[in-house]
Amino acid sequence: MSQPATPSGTTSGPPLVEVRNVSKYFGSVVSLKDISMSVHAGEVMCLLGDNGAGKSTLIKIFAGVHPPSEGTMLVEGREVKFGSPRDALDAGIATVYQDLAMIPLMSVSRNFFLGSEPTKGFGPFRRFDMARADRTTRDELAKMGIHIRDTSQPVGTLSGGERQSVAIARAVHFGAKVLILDEPTAALGVKEAGVVLRYIAQARGRGLGVIFITHNVHHAYPVGDRFTLLNRGRSYGTFRKDEVSREEVVSMMAGGEELEQLGHELAEMAHQDREAGKEMADTGRQFAEEARAVRDEGDRG
Amino acid sequence: MGAVTAEMLPMAQVNAAAPAPGPARDERVLRTSPLRSVLTRPEIGAAFGTVAIWIYFAIVAGDSGFLRLGGTATYLEVGAELGILAVAVALLMIGGEFDLSIGSIIGASGMIMALLAVEYGWTLWLAALAALGFALVVGFINGAIVVRTGLPSFIVTLATLFIIRGAIIGTTRLITGRTNLGDVDETVGYDIARRIFATRFEISTDFFGMRSEVDTGSFPISILWWLGLAALATWVLLRTRFGNWIFGAGGSPQAARNVGVPVNRVKIILFMTTAFAAWLVAMIQVITFSGADVLRGQGQEFYAIIAVVIGGTLLTGGYGSAIGAVFGALIFGMVRQGIVFAGVDADWFQVFLGAMLLIAVLINRFVRGRATESRR
Repeated sequence: MSQPATPSGTTSGPPLVEVRNVSKYFGSVVSLKDISMSVHAGEVMCLLGDNGAGKSTLIKIFAGVHPPSEGTMLVEGREVKFGSPRDALDAGIATVYQDLAMIPLMSVSRNFFLGSEPTKGFGPFRRFDMARADRTTRDELAKMGIHIRDTSQPVGTLSGGERQSVAIARAVHFGAKVLILDEPTAALGVKEAGVVLRYIAQARGRGLGVIFITHNVHHAYPVGDRFTLLNRGRSYGTFRKDEVSREEVVSMMAGGEELEQLGHELAEMAHQDREAGKEMADTGRQFAEEARAVRDEGDRG
Repeated sequence: MGAVTAEMLPMAQVNAAAPAPGPARDERVLRTSPLRSVLTRPEIGAAFGTVAIWIYFAIVAGDSGFLRLGGTATYLEVGAELGILAVAVALLMIGGEFDLSIGSIIGASGMIMALLAVEYGWTLWLAALAALGFALVVGFINGAIVVRTGLPSFIVTLATLFIIRGAIIGTTRLITGRTNLGDVDETVGYDIARRIFATRFEISTDFFGMRSEVDTGSFPISILWWLGLAALATWVLLRTRFGNWIFGAGGSPQAARNVGVPVNRVKIILFMTTAFAAWLVAMIQVITFSGADVLRGQGQEFYAIIAVVIGGTLLTGGYGSAIGAVFGALIFGMVRQGIVFAGVDADWFQVFLGAMLLIAVLINRFVRGRATESRR
């Protein structure tokens, strides 16, 4: 069950991006130790772990923010060393950070094209083609089923889910092959989280490899194809969805402590998961039921 | 920012933009009127403030000369010199940084030019270029220290403010034994320089010799420099990639870096821009007065920040406008000259200025809150 050898089952060929035996030290602190992980095209790889497990450090290695202290990184089978986030972007790896996805005071279309603005004109008259930016932003968002009221409104006026969705649409538009999403559903309401999960499924449908970081199994399990579990900087391994049940994932993450109280809730949800493979059309209903299950649990306890 | 563009496009454009699935407009929004998009601009508060202050002085000082062309020319001249600085400072502050060193760059670059031309006999324009080189290097060093160390620019440029002021006073006294220098008008190339930096345009109402009472005003070319720079800065800010990067660098440097914006380069260029503006003001002053003084420009760094903040730019960066800085500088000029016309002792000017700053910050907070929350 240790990972690099495990084929994803959905694709052949080398993974889009892969780390082998990567470690990261900050001074005397061991942040990550001997982690291996990969993601293929058309696959959602969920990176699970509790707070402090090293998830953020690992994605910063993928995103070119930190170089690994040990180990190698491969993009489509070739070894790479990223010196900056720009290198990772150029290699087709786009990262959407939880808090730093968007700049609140800037308009939706200015955010969408920040760093890759379309221009028209030549020489000193080369200028930002705002009309095209607005049009493209609107079209790209519509393609993902997001209907922003007005692309010139500040991003700060959007809801958290809308912001994440715009960031995902942006990454897809700019030709990302690998999409890394850092806790995109944290701090979102049930319905909004469902919307974001639907976009994740859509990105997979368009052939992207998605690395979905979360500490919420209930968000990860319905969309995930494979799961990598981190705990205190080490990996418990990577599991295909057919190898592991939601309960087992939870028990590995929670370390068995809260299992008793989670048990009832999980039984309720387990039967829904078998159908989860056929995309996320019914995510909304699932979440509604989960919410009820939690409430029932609360009533009983 | 983007606010004006999209909403000011004709409907045809909007329809063409979203042809296929889904409604082009969201049913939750009744209609975003052009008026609303104007009202959400950062400079709107300062624009109303400018009008209000003009009306106020027109009433209390109208018959003592405020409304005449001569009076108008005096407050525009004051506004222009501050405005050149404020426009550049606005870009820098939108980019999330401060520059307190510009006051001493004005004194130093003016004195460098005068020293080279008067004491060492350089051609004036060569001396001016040397002074420009000095200013740009200072701007670069300010920027490099800020982006390298991550120290607040407030502190870094406060340090360079004192270093440069002290160094130019010391150097000038060593060379000349004094702290000011005249006779710039006797140097080679002064006539051309005067045309570029210090021409005055006499404008008169006596166009056809018809009016009995002739009203004349002498308008300096610095007003054109001010408005030209403001137009250029506005174009850069709203219509170029670099402008978008300025907003990004100020709004959230880390987020901007994550999408590939060269934040450090943007900030260094902005520090060089404020240094350039300080040099330009120094040129205008030295040529106009035909002399340099090491203490020129004292306090200008704060006045520039005040004008920018009155103009609606956020102290924390990421939001603001160059047009707002124009209004801010205009308000500064009108108040400074207006209280003289109104017969109030000029000592009271600073009280006005401080109160205005406070009011502007409060109004801007209110306006901005309305702009971002009302569309939620």
